Amino acid sequence: MTTQNADTPLLEVADLNITFPSPKGDTQALHHVSFSMGRQKLGIVGESGSGKSITGRAILKLLPSTAKIDAKKIVFNGIDIQNATEKEMRQVRGRQIAMVMQDPKYSLNPVMKVGDQIAEAFLTHTRASRKLARDATITMLKAVRIRNPERVYHLYPHEVSGGMGQRIMIAMMLIPKPKLLIADEPTSALDVTVQLQVMAILDDLVTDRGMGLIFISHDLNLVASFCDQVIIMYGGRIMEICEAKTLHNSTHPYTKGLINCLPDITQSIDFLPTLERDEVWLKD
Amino acid sequence: MSYGVKQKYHAMQAWFLTDTPASAFQAKAGHVYTRLLVFKSNQLAILGLLIVVMLLVTALFAPLIAPYDPLATDLANRLQPLSSEHWFGTDEMGRDIFSRIIWGARLTLYVVGLVAIIAAPVGILVGTIAGYHGGWLDTVLMRITDIFLAFPKLILALAFVAALGPGIENAIIAISITSWPPYARIARAETITIRNSVFIDAIRVQGAGPLRIVIRHIMPLCLSSLIVRVTLDMAGIILTAAGLGFLGLGAQPPSPEWGAMTSSGRSYILDHWWLITMPGLAIFVVSLAFNLLGDGLREVLDPKGEN
Amino acid sequence: MLEIENLNVIFGTGEHAIRAVNNASFFIKTGDSFGLVGESGSGKSTILTCVSGLNRIWSGQIRVNGKIQDYKRNRQFFSQVQIVFQDPYGSLHPRFTVDQTLKEPLIIHKMGDYNQRISRVLEEVGLGNQFRFRFPHQLSGGQRQRVAIARALILEPKLLLLDEPTSALDVSIQAEVLNLLKQVQYERNLTYLLVSHNLAVVSHMCNDIAVMNRGCIVEKLNKKQLQHEDLSHSYTKQLLTASKGFDRQIIDAFKDFDMDESESNLV
Repeated sequence: MTTQNADTPLLEVADLNITFPSPKGDTQALHHVSFSMGRQKLGIVGESGSGKSITGRAILKLLPSTAKIDAKKIVFNGIDIQNATEKEMRQVRGRQIAMVMQDPKYSLNPVMKVGDQIAEAFLTHTRASRKLARDATITMLKAVRIRNPERVYHLYPHEVSGGMGQRIMIAMMLIPKPKLLIADEPTSALDVTVQLQVMAILDDLVTDRGMGLIFISHDLNLVASFCDQVIIMYGGRIMEICEAKTLHNSTHPYTKGLINCLPDITQSIDFLPTLERDEVWLKD
Repeated sequence: MSYGVKQKYHAMQAWFLTDTPASAFQAKAGHVYTRLLVFKSNQLAILGLLIVVMLLVTALFAPLIAPYDPLATDLANRLQPLSSEHWFGTDEMGRDIFSRIIWGARLTLYVVGLVAIIAAPVGILVGTIAGYHGGWLDTVLMRITDIFLAFPKLILALAFVAALGPGIENAIIAISITSWPPYARIARAETITIRNSVFIDAIRVQGAGPLRIVIRHIMPLCLSSLIVRVTLDMAGIILTAAGLGFLGLGAQPPSPEWGAMTSSGRSYILDHWWLITMPGLAIFVVSLAFNLLGDGLREVLDPKGEN
Repeated sequence: MLEIENLNVIFGTGEHAIRAVNNASFFIKTGDSFGLVGESGSGKSTILTCVSGLNRIWSGQIRVNGKIQDYKRNRQFFSQVQIVFQDPYGSLHPRFTVDQTLKEPLIIHKMGDYNQRISRVLEEVGLGNQFRFRFPHQLSGGQRQRVAIARALILEPKLLLLDEPTSALDVSIQAEVLNLLKQVQYERNLTYLLVSHNLAVVSHMCNDIAVMNRGCIVEKLNKKQLQHEDLSHSYTKQLLTASKGFDRQIIDAFKDFDMDESESNLV
C-alpha cells in the first residue's frame, strides 16, 4: 500500500506522448501532455481530434495495443500506471478509476436488467452475497436520484430514457467506490435540462465521496461553469491550464478564439468571429 | 528498376492516390486503385484470380493449346494411362482427355457466365424493388422467391431440364432459374437498410422518383455484396452444371463438358482412374479458385470497410 | 412564405399512439428567418419532415408561397423548397463524388449547364475546385456540410429548411457554417426555417422563434424578447436558464417537463 498525504496529487501526468502507427507513417496523437490533479473537478475541453478522449483513455491504459505510450510519469494514487502490467491495471480499472462514456445505449448490456448489471459491477470488486449486492444497488440507485429504485432495478436498458440510462451508468461505475471518475462527454447525448440534472448528481457524488473527476467535453461553457480547473487541448497538445473561474478572461489566442466563435444570446451580431488557426500552436 | 521508371511509377501512384482529383475519371480511377491495393495483399485471393484468369485464357485459346481434337475418337488407343503423348490419358473412346478438359473450359465458362448474367440482374431487380416499395409488392415478390428457395437447387434444375429437354442451353436456363432467389434476398436486405438512410431522404427531397432512386442510388450500394455472392456461387453453379451433366441432362455427348466426363468415367474408376479424376480435379480447382476470389473480393468491396 | 395551421402528427395507433405534433400553427414571412427550438421529442424535426414532404401522415394545413400543399409533393415544389440535414456524414451518398451529388438534382430537374452551375455553387459555399471530385470520406465534417448546403442551393429554392445543421460540427466549424448560411440568405433573399435544440444558435440566426415541448408550441417570441428575457412560459424560462451553463441553485429548482420517471418510457 502506498501512503498519500494531503499534498500529493491524486493523478500526475508528465510529458505524455502517444503515437499510433498507420500505413502512411506514424501519427502522434498526444504531444508532451502534462498536468496534475487532486480531489477536484478537472475539465478537459477540446474539439474533435484534440486528443481529449485519448488522454482519458491513456490514464486507464485503454488504448489499442498498437499505441506507443511514452511518458516521464503517469502516477495515480502512488501507482505507477505507465509501468503497470495488465494484471495490475485490472485492479485499478473499475475499482480505483472508473469511466463513464457518452451514450448509455452502447455501454449497457441490452439483454441484462439494469439492476443486475449494477450488482455485477459491485460483485466484481467486492466479495459479497447476492443479497448484499442487490441492497447496495438499490442504495446506489437512490443516490443517483432515481425515484423508484425497486422498479427500475428490473428494467432493461431499452426501457429507460437517456437521462436515466446515464444515471444508471454512473451508479454502476461508482458502486465500487473508485477514487477517480473519468467522464468522457457523459451528457452530450442528453437534452440540456437533463444534462444539468445529471451533472448535479455527479457534483454531489464527487463531493460526498471526496473523489476526483475528469470531465471531458467539447462544451466550453458547460465545463467552465461546472469544473474547478480546465485544460484546453488542440491538436494533441495542451494549449492552456487555468482556473475555471478565469476561463472567460483567458488571453491564450486559441481559448479566446474558441470562446468568441460561440453564438451568444445577448449579442446581436451578423457574423460570428471565426477561429483563425495559427500554426504556432502546433509547434512544440 | 531504373531511376526513370521508378520516377514514372511514383508519379503514377501519386496521380491515383491524390487527395484532390481533377476529374471524375481520376476520382473513380483512384478509388479503384486503392481497392486493388487492398486486394493485392491477400495472397490466396490472388491465387484464385490467377486460376480464373488461366481458365479464361484456356477457354479463349483452346484451339491453340489443345494438342488433339477433343471429339476425335481413336478406339485403338482407348483407355490409355497418362503418358507423354496423352498427358491426361485417353477415355473410353480413345479421345485425349487433356484436350477435352481444355475445350471443356469453354463450356464451363459459358455456363457460369450466362447464369451470372441472367440470374444476378433478375435477383437484384426483384430484391431492390421489393425492398424499396415494401407493402404488398414486397410480400408478393418475396413469397415467389420463397417458393423457389424451398426446393433444393439441383432438384429444381432437374425438374426444369426434364421439362425443357436435355441440352446445355436448357441447363443454363434451369440453373439460372434456381440461382436468382438468394440474390433477391440479399438485395432486399441491403435495400431495406439503405432506404432509411439520410442520403436517400435527401435525394427524395431533390425530387427523384422511386425508379431513379432504386437504380441510381440503391443498386450501386448493393453491388458489392452481390458481386461477392455471385463469385462464391460460381463454384456451386459449376457443380450443379456438372451434376446435370453427370445425369446426362446437361451438355450432351460427345461434348467435353466436365460433369458429363465424370459421369462416363464412373464405370472405369477402378482400373482407369484418370477418366473420372482429371475432370473431377478440374471442377475442384476452378470451384476453389472462385471461392478464393470471392473471399478476396469481399474484403475489398465490403462497404463497411470503406472508412 | 410558409404557413402552418393546426398541424397534427400521430405515430402509432391505439394505446401506443404518440402525438408527435399537437396543433402547431405558425407562419413565416418571405425573407425571414424562423427558429423552432426544443429538446428531443418536442416535435420540431417532425414538423420539418411534414413541410418537406418526407412525412405524408399529418393533418392540418401547410401552405407554401400561398399554395396549399397536399401529402405528396411534386418536382416543382422541390425546386422551391430544399433541406439541409443534421448529419453531414449520412446525408451524402457514399459512392458519389461531390460533382455527382451536385449534378443529380440538376439532371432530375432538367436544368442544363451543369459545369457552370456546379462551379458557381461550390464557390458560393467556399469550396474550391479541388473538392469537386472527392468522395465524402475524403472530406471533413464541415466540408461535407458545405456540400450539403451547395446541394440545397443548386436548385435555386426560395425556402430552406435547416434541420440542426451545425449540431454535429465542432464549435469553430459551426461558426463558419452559420456565417455561410447567413451570407447565402442575404445574397439570395432566402427564407429560413431553422430547427435546433441550441437556443444560442437559434437566437443568433433567427428573428422569430417558436419554443416547442412535447409536440406543442408553448411560446412564440422574437429575438428582442429573448434577449430581454421577456418570457411568458416557464418552459422557455427553464430552457434559457439551462443554456447559461451549470448553476447549482437553479438546477435544483428545475421542473420536470418530461414524463414522470416513475413510468418507464420509451424515448
